[in-house]
Amino acid sequence: MAALSRGDYPPGPPRLPPGGLPPGDPPALGGLRSPQTPLTVRAFRCWLTVYRRIWRSSIWSSVLGPVCYLGALGFGLGTLIDRHSPASLGGVSYLAFVAPAILASGAMNTATAEASFPVFGSIKWNRIYIGAQASPLRPADIFRGHLMFMLMRLAMNCAFVVLVMWAFGAVESAWVVLAWPAAVLTGLAFAAPVAAWAVTVKVETSFAYMFRFAVMPLMLFSGTFFPLSQLPAGLRALAYATPLWHGVALCRAFSLGTAAQDPAGMLGHAAYLAVLAAAGIWAGARTYRRRLYV
Amino acid sequence: MSESVSLRMLPPAGLLGRLRRAGTDTGSLRLVERHARAYRRVWLVFISGVFEPLFYLLSVGLGLGVLVGKVPGPGGQPIPYREFVAPGLLAVSSMNGAMFDSTFNVFFRLKYAKLYDAVLATPMRPAQVALGEIGWALLRGTIYAIAFMLVMLALDLVHSPWAVLDVPVAVLIGFAFAAIGMTGTTYMKSWQDFDYVILASMPLFLFSATFYPLSVYPRPVQVVIECTPLYQGVVLLRDLTVGVVGPDLLWRAAYLAALGVAGLYASGRRIGKLLLV
Repeated sequence: MAALSRGDYPPGPPRLPPGGLPPGDPPALGGLRSPQTPLTVRAFRCWLTVYRRIWRSSIWSSVLGPVCYLGALGFGLGTLIDRHSPASLGGVSYLAFVAPAILASGAMNTATAEASFPVFGSIKWNRIYIGAQASPLRPADIFRGHLMFMLMRLAMNCAFVVLVMWAFGAVESAWVVLAWPAAVLTGLAFAAPVAAWAVTVKVETSFAYMFRFAVMPLMLFSGTFFPLSQLPAGLRALAYATPLWHGVALCRAFSLGTAAQDPAGMLGHAAYLAVLAAAGIWAGARTYRRRLYV
Repeated sequence: MSESVSLRMLPPAGLLGRLRRAGTDTGSLRLVERHARAYRRVWLVFISGVFEPLFYLLSVGLGLGVLVGKVPGPGGQPIPYREFVAPGLLAVSSMNGAMFDSTFNVFFRLKYAKLYDAVLATPMRPAQVALGEIGWALLRGTIYAIAFMLVMLALDLVHSPWAVLDVPVAVLIGFAFAAIGMTGTTYMKSWQDFDYVILASMPLFLFSATFYPLSVYPRPVQVVIECTPLYQGVVLLRDLTVGVVGPDLLWRAAYLAALGVAGLYASGRRIGKLLLV
């Protein structure tokens, strides 16, 4: 092997003049990077850093999902339903009926996906939580920071779906701008309790049961693809108690513009979801503390 | 001893030789056995897979079926919507089960569990790994297909003796998708790439005439959909279940089988390339 000449080495750091000192630390960074930002926001920043690398693929599935569902169910199935039983949905087209339900159940799907395996994996697989635990972040900061990230993903995905609904002509009223926060609230009512539970999970098969026996039946039987009045009375009472039904009812009322006819009902739906989200946020701080302080 | 070693070092003698060897020796069965033993610990997950199509069938039977009424079936005569959609759901669940097994699970075993590194340290060869993985996916798919058929019988959705062929056809659909999915997995680098799996399987699931007849689409779209493997599977199962059987079913099945064999060959080669350095 030929000897390396001096010019082959990369240049080192600049030489200081004799007696000189290296420059001082750079000035404090502003915004999210400042040491003065609350700890929760700094935990959130960690997830933003991760997301900056992977947003491309996630954008695809969050845009294409609602487009496909709206196309297949709203237009494909909708033509059959509007032809066969035009009056069964209270005088609206199937597209207008199903679109807000796709919005709400999509929020549930995003929330449960972001709050299950990523939370579990942050302890077991990539150990992000364990690393965060070694920093000044407290378990409650780690939880709320991750929840902020889930909230951001929910806000993005739901905004996409509302835009797609509008582009497909599935929106009957300008009130639909309120369907966006309603869907985000629906998602939060799932994300916070699921994350609070996921951190305590020891084996990942638990999530298979959650998706199979909770998420999927909710998506099919919460008044999403057909009105609840078609279910037998016992199942109907059960469906009224589930959070997704309240989310679907809220989004549908805003999208069809019927919210003003029943303001008390709207408040009831929102209150139910808000209580669920608050309970999840309260419980999460505790379960994270129990799991992460050893 | 030295002779058997040198035989093993011989370069593969083309596709046919590979397939013959993979078919005659039992190495790939060892992998199936390994998975069966591993799954004994989580048998409830295995069993609970039966509930997914059951929920779908119930929601169609209770709700959507009433809204949609009758739709034109395979022979053109109107049939109730739930009878129309049930074979489609069987095809979709075969596809999803096979895709899930051959993408997420294989990726986990490839990257994290390092299962194949261990397997290839034994006399097993890459083609046997591919065959074993796909064989396991098919075994699982067969059990689910039988369960699905039993549910369909219980709900009175089957009216033709041809429907006994539904189970092998469902397994054939699983074979095609497991082989393609496994080949795709060998190109994947991270979990984020799995968004592209969903990107491919979701449009197939929704648009392959599963939920409504193809006649809803304009002609150019129909041609595109007729080229997709899931559509061929849906047509096969629907025709058999309703009992409208013609010779066209043979080339549809041949199409699926060809896809599966091509994927099997490609995935064996890719696994060898990835792991035998």
